[in-house]
Amino acid sequence: MQFPAKMIHSLFLVNSSGDIFLEKHWKSVVSRSVCDYFFEAQERASEPENVPPVIPTPHHYLISVLRHRIYFVAVIQSEVPPLFVIEFLHRVVDTFQDYFGVCTEAAIKDNVVVVYELLEEMLDNGFPLATESNILKELIKPPTILRTVVNTITGSTNVGEQLPTGQLSVVPWRRTGVKYTNNEAYFDVVEEIDAIIDKSGSTITAEIQGVIDACVKLTGMPDLTLSFMNPRLLDDVSFHPCVRFKRWEAERILSFIPPDGNFRLLSYHVSCQNLVAIPVYVKHNITFREGSSQGRFELTLGPKQTMGKGLEAVLISSQLPRGVLNTNLNPSQGTYNFDPVTKLLSWDVGKINPQKLPSLKGSMSLQAGASKPDENPTINIQFKIQQSALSGLKVNRLDMYGEKYKPFKGIKYMTKAGKFQVRT
Amino acid sequence: MSASSAFNDEKGGSSNVGEPEYGHDPASGGIFSSDYKRHDDLKEMLDSNKDSLKLEAMKRIVAMIARGKNASDLFPAVVKNVACKNIEVKKLVYVYLVRYAEEQQDLALLSISTFQRGLKDPNQLIRASALRVLSSIRVTIIVPIMMLAIKEAASDMSPYVRKTAAHAIPKLYSLDPEQKDCLIEVIEKLLADKTTLVAGSVVMAFEEVCPERIDLIHKNYRKLCNLLIDVEEWGQVVIINMLTRYARTQFLNPNMNVSIADKEEKEKKKTEATAIVKRKPYVMDPDHRLLLRNTKPLLQSRNAAVVMAVAQLYFHLAPKAEVGVIAKALVRLMRSHSEVQYVVLQNVATMSIKRRGMFEPYLKSFYIRSTDPTQIKVLKLEVLTNLANETNISTILREFQTYIKSNDKDFVAATIQAIGRCATNIGEVRDTCLNGLVQLLSNRDELVVAESVVVIKKLLQMQPEQHSDIIKHMAKLTDNIQVPMARASILWLIGEYCEHVPKIAPDVLRKMAKTFTNEEDIVKLQIINLAAKLYLTNSKQTKLLTQYVLNLAKYDQNYDIRDRARFIRQLIVPTDKSGALSKYAKKLFLALKPAPVLESPFKDRDHFQLGSLSHLLNAKAGGYQVLPDWPEAAPDPSVRNVEVPEWTKCSSREKRKEKKADKPFYSDSEGESGPTESADSEEVKKSEKKSKPRIGSSESESEEDEDSESESSESEEEESEEESEEETKKKKKVGNERLENTHTTDIHTHSERRNTHILNCDSQPNTIASVQVFDTICKPAWLYMQFLLNPPLPVSVPQTIVPSGNLKTYELLHRITGEGLSVEYCFSRQPFSPDPHMVAVKIQFTNSATSEAKSLHVEDAKLQSGMRIKEFPEIEVLPAGETVSVVMGIDFCDSTQAANFQLCTHTRKFFVSIQPPVGELMMPIFMTENEFKKEQGQLMGMNEITEKLTLEEKCQGEHAVVQRVTTAANLSRPSCTSSPVSDSQVRWEDGDQWQPCTGQCGHQRGRGRPADGQLNFLPLLQLGSVSLCSLTYIQPHIHPLSFQIPQYLESSFSSLRYW
Repeated sequence: MQFPAKMIHSLFLVNSSGDIFLEKHWKSVVSRSVCDYFFEAQERASEPENVPPVIPTPHHYLISVLRHRIYFVAVIQSEVPPLFVIEFLHRVVDTFQDYFGVCTEAAIKDNVVVVYELLEEMLDNGFPLATESNILKELIKPPTILRTVVNTITGSTNVGEQLPTGQLSVVPWRRTGVKYTNNEAYFDVVEEIDAIIDKSGSTITAEIQGVIDACVKLTGMPDLTLSFMNPRLLDDVSFHPCVRFKRWEAERILSFIPPDGNFRLLSYHVSCQNLVAIPVYVKHNITFREGSSQGRFELTLGPKQTMGKGLEAVLISSQLPRGVLNTNLNPSQGTYNFDPVTKLLSWDVGKINPQKLPSLKGSMSLQAGASKPDENPTINIQFKIQQSALSGLKVNRLDMYGEKYKPFKGIKYMTKAGKFQVRT
Repeated sequence: MSASSAFNDEKGGSSNVGEPEYGHDPASGGIFSSDYKRHDDLKEMLDSNKDSLKLEAMKRIVAMIARGKNASDLFPAVVKNVACKNIEVKKLVYVYLVRYAEEQQDLALLSISTFQRGLKDPNQLIRASALRVLSSIRVTIIVPIMMLAIKEAASDMSPYVRKTAAHAIPKLYSLDPEQKDCLIEVIEKLLADKTTLVAGSVVMAFEEVCPERIDLIHKNYRKLCNLLIDVEEWGQVVIINMLTRYARTQFLNPNMNVSIADKEEKEKKKTEATAIVKRKPYVMDPDHRLLLRNTKPLLQSRNAAVVMAVAQLYFHLAPKAEVGVIAKALVRLMRSHSEVQYVVLQNVATMSIKRRGMFEPYLKSFYIRSTDPTQIKVLKLEVLTNLANETNISTILREFQTYIKSNDKDFVAATIQAIGRCATNIGEVRDTCLNGLVQLLSNRDELVVAESVVVIKKLLQMQPEQHSDIIKHMAKLTDNIQVPMARASILWLIGEYCEHVPKIAPDVLRKMAKTFTNEEDIVKLQIINLAAKLYLTNSKQTKLLTQYVLNLAKYDQNYDIRDRARFIRQLIVPTDKSGALSKYAKKLFLALKPAPVLESPFKDRDHFQLGSLSHLLNAKAGGYQVLPDWPEAAPDPSVRNVEVPEWTKCSSREKRKEKKADKPFYSDSEGESGPTESADSEEVKKSEKKSKPRIGSSESESEEDEDSESESSESEEEESEEESEEETKKKKKVGNERLENTHTTDIHTHSERRNTHILNCDSQPNTIASVQVFDTICKPAWLYMQFLLNPPLPVSVPQTIVPSGNLKTYELLHRITGEGLSVEYCFSRQPFSPDPHMVAVKIQFTNSATSEAKSLHVEDAKLQSGMRIKEFPEIEVLPAGETVSVVMGIDFCDSTQAANFQLCTHTRKFFVSIQPPVGELMMPIFMTENEFKKEQGQLMGMNEITEKLTLEEKCQGEHAVVQRVTTAANLSRPSCTSSPVSDSQVRWEDGDQWQPCTGQCGHQRGRGRPADGQLNFLPLLQLGSVSLCSLTYIQPHIHPLSFQIPQYLESSFSSLRYW
């Protein structure tokens, strides 16, 4: 018995209002009516993100991802690992973002030819071919304003004429012949703290995940090593393919020939037995009274265990119960906003001054006659702490081999709130 | 710019860019006609001489294609430009061709000659892209041309072109399946390719064209395993999935020992007199091991699909104890996009049923956030439920309590179901859960109440007697609850257990009879049911009511209900005509019904290969390759031997990665690939097999076993003794014959003895040969080694045993760099008396220079924070040719960081560093086995880390292992004062310093070595099978060092340097 060929058959891009605005087929054309099954599922789902990622239809399977309010719907005809497709679709989105700065419907429509050329290179007969950004950029030059102008005048193209050397080399992720006048390598250590804090303020779960994003602009074929003061903090890591695994295993040193430009060198998870310091606390008093059409709302924020660094860009958001009609709140600083339709309360606090703690107080008006909501809202907090990695991870040194020049090196630390929730 | 203008142009009348839905554009008729006109100017542009105009036209055409608009009438105009010099025009023409060639086959043929020319181009990029487009044109008539092109490209110089050839294979196959045989030939050829670029693509072609031809993989198996890490990510996924299937057909189940061992144990007890079935000890095929080892690093991949592929490989192929490594990586994926989470959680749900322990440490990672999408919440709930056990149920239930308050009602319903499942699975919390659910009955939300009723019904079925008050409570609810399913459930409960609520039941029936006509069908059916049951148990009160209900039902609109009423009337109301059945009506209706089992929907899903689409959908998807069961007997492993082991050359990237650890493994197999079949006696052949780890020794062994079996069948003990003796004899012969291997045979002698009791070892004089016993007495609380081989030492006299002969010495300073002064050091394993926190390091100076060295001392120590050094007293003079030893103490502060310092003579300074192996950081403490077990018992669960080590054949057997462990680290067996360990697993344990611990001692960081008493390890080595040994630690705190210990031990097992 022969089955239709595997892997990705077609791709449809669907916007938030349910219109297909781009289609690409790698094999025979699949009618766009196949997306009707997807629209059905979309209608059934209460929220956009509740559309099941895998939808079986009589002849096809639809695997979709939702990003930037665009659904990327891949059509599959037979068995294929779903993560394979999902991961690939995300890679497509990342590439678009890399090329056009944003991945919106307008950007894709404006660059439809580049998009098509990219998709053509990324998949051959439905199987991924070139997904590495460095290689793609050699094949198809990203559109810049200058190049677009030049191209329209001279009629020259965005398409490279040579096979990207990376394709054949032992370092397929790096393009060759890189030249810079200023040689720089910047590393951002960004940690996110995920936590659930319960009503009484005690931590139910908290963990720190981090990434090291790099922006490397170095001439030639530099070979970098990056070592940490305290590599033991890293419990679980995943690497960019350029990192030499054995070296890490043996010496806990990151040794790699970097791709050119921006890339994510490492993501890590900090070992969980180290107690996580929670940098912020919330005092809350949210009450609804039975029978009354008023509810009280009080919220105070304060810094805690921040190692002397200030909390910045603090943003509070909370989904209030359906019964809340409107709110009448007074923020001591920043601005707050309540959307009566979605019931989403957001409060842009800004910077927290430890001397004068920000608070948001006032009342909520409830639907008359409705019973008191079961649940108090969960409070989601976002914040940033500059110049500090919460886990205490420190880069020891960065060395470069293989090239003669002296690069400029920079490292930045930052802590952000990931999924940080306070149950009230 | 041009692209965007093309977009706007194409939109014809509507100038609005964001306008949705072109296809359904009401003005489409108008556009259609104007399209024709526009196509005219497109044609004009395409015919012009200017590349810029052509490009402009092609861009507009591609934009049309992208929106799904028909541009097929431009085919002739476009196809002319296939030979255009401008590469971007050319590429866009290709895009067009591939899209429309199928519809315009004749015209498409016009372009073929261009591609054929392109295939001969000196530029590999052009060759490749010509082949790519040629093979993408789905025109049947060119199949022979494609075939030829693929064959040629498969032997192209450029690996990139060969990769393209591999990609072309499935395209041709889907166009014309008749070509299968020819294509398989090409695949076979490309499978032999040694470049990483080709590997992924050709395996993909293999999977699409001939996944059943597993024989093509044999010769390439080891190469694929070794290349794997350097293959691009997508290829890795395909290869790993294919190798999973391959391994399932070629290797033996690594877990079969576990299941068989249990069985055998039982059998032994039962049939003492009869001959005991001897099974072959399981030896993992080294190729199996190779696969597991080479895929493991890929768990660190950034690509979720790769991680999932490795995870499923481990789940399906690895020995039980090793599967755990994937948990951490899978939990990491949960941080990714929600679609990834969705797929991963589905797989985790399936895995967590089979291997719960694996995910237990990560329980909190599955806690639900209010911002998760509902489908993720429900899956997390599923995992949490699967992970629930007696120890963690209280925390899980506390979590569930918060979930019940959620606004997301689907999620609340799922939570209630989950509580129900926890309650059925864990008896201890059944009452708690039930009470919680009963409280939910007064919830304001009807859906919540209904769901609780349904779950309570199921729970009550398990023990109805104790819960009549709950049933009463629920009976009252019938007034308020409107959800049909819930009403039906309540009625069923009352009917089923009407004897427990004799007063209420008839009253409920009365109320129901009143509302009968307005009820939903399922409720009506249950009312009839209730009536019938009450009639049977309490006909005095309910006779009339029942008849009333049955009459109502008789005229119901639903025929199902009419039917039921008729049937029940016949059954319960005794009339003259009613047959024999009505006598048994009571038995029929009130039979004891088995309680429902609340099962996970993910149970047994693992018969689908994990990570597959079929697994996700729980239905076979087209093209799914069934994961075969393990074979009973392993097929011949020699098929994987490669004549010329060229693949041992690592690819260049691997070289960079300094793959030294794996080297001996490969060289092993190299030696094997040219078998030396010179000897003719059977004995020698056996020895050959024994000494080489590549070939499973199981066959020869079973022969021996059978022999011994037939000889003695009197009693078990005698038999095993005799057998072991005989084996030893044989091994000795073997040893004599292979003199070059003598250093290993000694160890080997004991290797097969793992089934015998420990005490039996006492009678084996030859075992002592390699074990040295030492008796230096030191300060109390120190006991070093205590072997069971010897008469038990008096327990009360703590001793330190210093293995003087076996200590490994390390070089500190070489003779050449030290200008004649050479320095070696070893860890003396004696307490460093000035400071118990320090490790004693014995340093030996040898002066091989012609002049004497003066004032040797330590200076300028550069230490990590917390580390301390106690310097040795200065050596005044070291005459030429003399050797002197001193002892210094170093507090390594629980780390394996090196201590750096300067070694000074009167003339020179040398920078030196001492780095301790993990094993040397441990301080042993004496403990009897009973004490050990007691302490161990207090610290199970979260504190347990299990690592699995693979032993080479040379160090199999308990003595060999004990010996290696003791040599490598300060570990030894506990003294065995009580009864010997009698199960088939040999155990020995040792903690380092153990202090009575209640499980709550605070671990103070940075306060010295483990010997500080703040940290305790209880390693437990279990020798599961001949080649595997698992090491379990139990410790109150997870300490950084603990993760290094197994690796350290493993390295000490695999390397022979120590011996």
